[in-house]
Amino acid sequence: MNAVLLSADLPYWAISLLRVLGGLVAVLLPAGTVVYLFLFKMLSFMQSRLGPMEAGPYGSMQLFAEVGKWLQKEDIVPASAQPEARIFKMAPLIVLASTFLLVVVVPFGPDAWFTNFETGIFYALAVSSVSVLGILIAGWSSANKYSLLGGLRAAGQLVAYELPMVLAVIGVVIQAGTMNLQEIVVAQNAGSMFGWDGLGNPYVLTQFVAFLIFMISVQAELSQTPFDMPIAESELVSGYMTEYSGFRFLIFFIGEFATAGVFAMIASVLFLGGWGVPFSWFGWTTIDSIDNWMNVAGPLILFAKMMALVFFIMWIRFSSPRLREDQLQRFAWKVLIPISLVNIMLTAVLKVAF
Amino acid sequence: MLASDVLVAQNVGFAIIAAIMVVGALRVVTTKNVVHAALWLVVVLAGAAAQYVLLAAEFVAITQVMVYIGAVMVLFLFGTMLTRARIGAEQDLNNKNWFIGLPIAVLLLATMLMALNDGFKAEKLPVDAPVVTTQQVSDQIFGAYLLPFWALSFVLLAAAIGAIVLARRD
Repeated sequence: MNAVLLSADLPYWAISLLRVLGGLVAVLLPAGTVVYLFLFKMLSFMQSRLGPMEAGPYGSMQLFAEVGKWLQKEDIVPASAQPEARIFKMAPLIVLASTFLLVVVVPFGPDAWFTNFETGIFYALAVSSVSVLGILIAGWSSANKYSLLGGLRAAGQLVAYELPMVLAVIGVVIQAGTMNLQEIVVAQNAGSMFGWDGLGNPYVLTQFVAFLIFMISVQAELSQTPFDMPIAESELVSGYMTEYSGFRFLIFFIGEFATAGVFAMIASVLFLGGWGVPFSWFGWTTIDSIDNWMNVAGPLILFAKMMALVFFIMWIRFSSPRLREDQLQRFAWKVLIPISLVNIMLTAVLKVAF
Repeated sequence: MLASDVLVAQNVGFAIIAAIMVVGALRVVTTKNVVHAALWLVVVLAGAAAQYVLLAAEFVAITQVMVYIGAVMVLFLFGTMLTRARIGAEQDLNNKNWFIGLPIAVLLLATMLMALNDGFKAEKLPVDAPVVTTQQVSDQIFGAYLLPFWALSFVLLAAAIGAIVLARRD
């Protein structure tokens, strides 16, 4: 996007406006597709029902109807939360803001990116941890014991699973030799396995352990079952979201699924080769020799890989029971973190050896 | 000095962020609620991260966000919410001896100003200072400064073990 925009010689404000629009599309389009395809349709088929069928063909307009419904609802602040009304109203925005900050570093094609950070993946992990703040103050400012418990559970869970996620990413960073997401994509697609470059070198093969740990941590960071204790509906009503209604609930809802989409994008960039196809297919060698049509095909390829990963996230979400709170913490600290540390050591040793 | 040498946008940005940080820092100590104080502290820390970005110290800025906002402040809020954070204004939040802190703060500021003034005199930063890449930072940490880095890690490890020992009753 950047190089294309710069060559069009637009003024700064126009480029900024286009970037904002691009960011909105990159966050809302995956979120909408994920909700319709997986939450509405896949879940329904798994439960032997049709799901929404009335609004549009096969209920494809259902999402717009739902958004319209939420926007019409009253924006309620509970009486006991009145002293903290400002913080109560701010909390969902912080959660959504962290999602928008996250999408900024995802590369969509050879020139289609918002920013080309040298420390892209590090930045992504840092801003994703900001959403915890929003969830915590949402739980606290609701002045409701279920909300507070949900917020505290969420904070404990997100801090615990942040660590294995970071440690899993380090394996990829060591192998690629860079933290720049664009260069990680190129390193995978231009790479070769034992001299054979037909598939490039997607890190899902060499970093399979890291991939599994990363996806488990994503599942926990998104509070999806089996890690959904923060919003456990049979214990805490709806956790930190209990008191929210109308468009503030909608923001939490969009935030949840948009973050699922963005995390899946980052996972496919790290482990599945991102927007690229193996460069040997078209005789490319470096990022400069890539044909321009990849700027159109790249986002679609990334989108397809993202949908495949979200499919697995949702599949596990719809078909597994909930863990207990202490099991969750024990799993993170006693299983995932040691394994990811061993993975880092092995990767470093192999990197030096080869 | 040529007019083109003055980084107008950077200076305006610095001033705005600095003003926000000062307001935030004052509100941390004047607000009537512990959680509000913590949230104002988040504003101050985020402002510091923004200042690092202005200095082209991208790695330090991101570390600031990750460590201070993502971990330390979350633990802070977690702890206060678990123990005593009430909704609305609180009584007896101020320590009776708060004024003792004032001279100490002034003394600290004076020491820092003296040290900076003494160390750099009238020296100015070059306008087009070389940007330090993350690779250079890591080369320094894991090369020249490996021993201090290890020592710091051991201090943190000792602190963690100490906290566990103090917290466990059995």
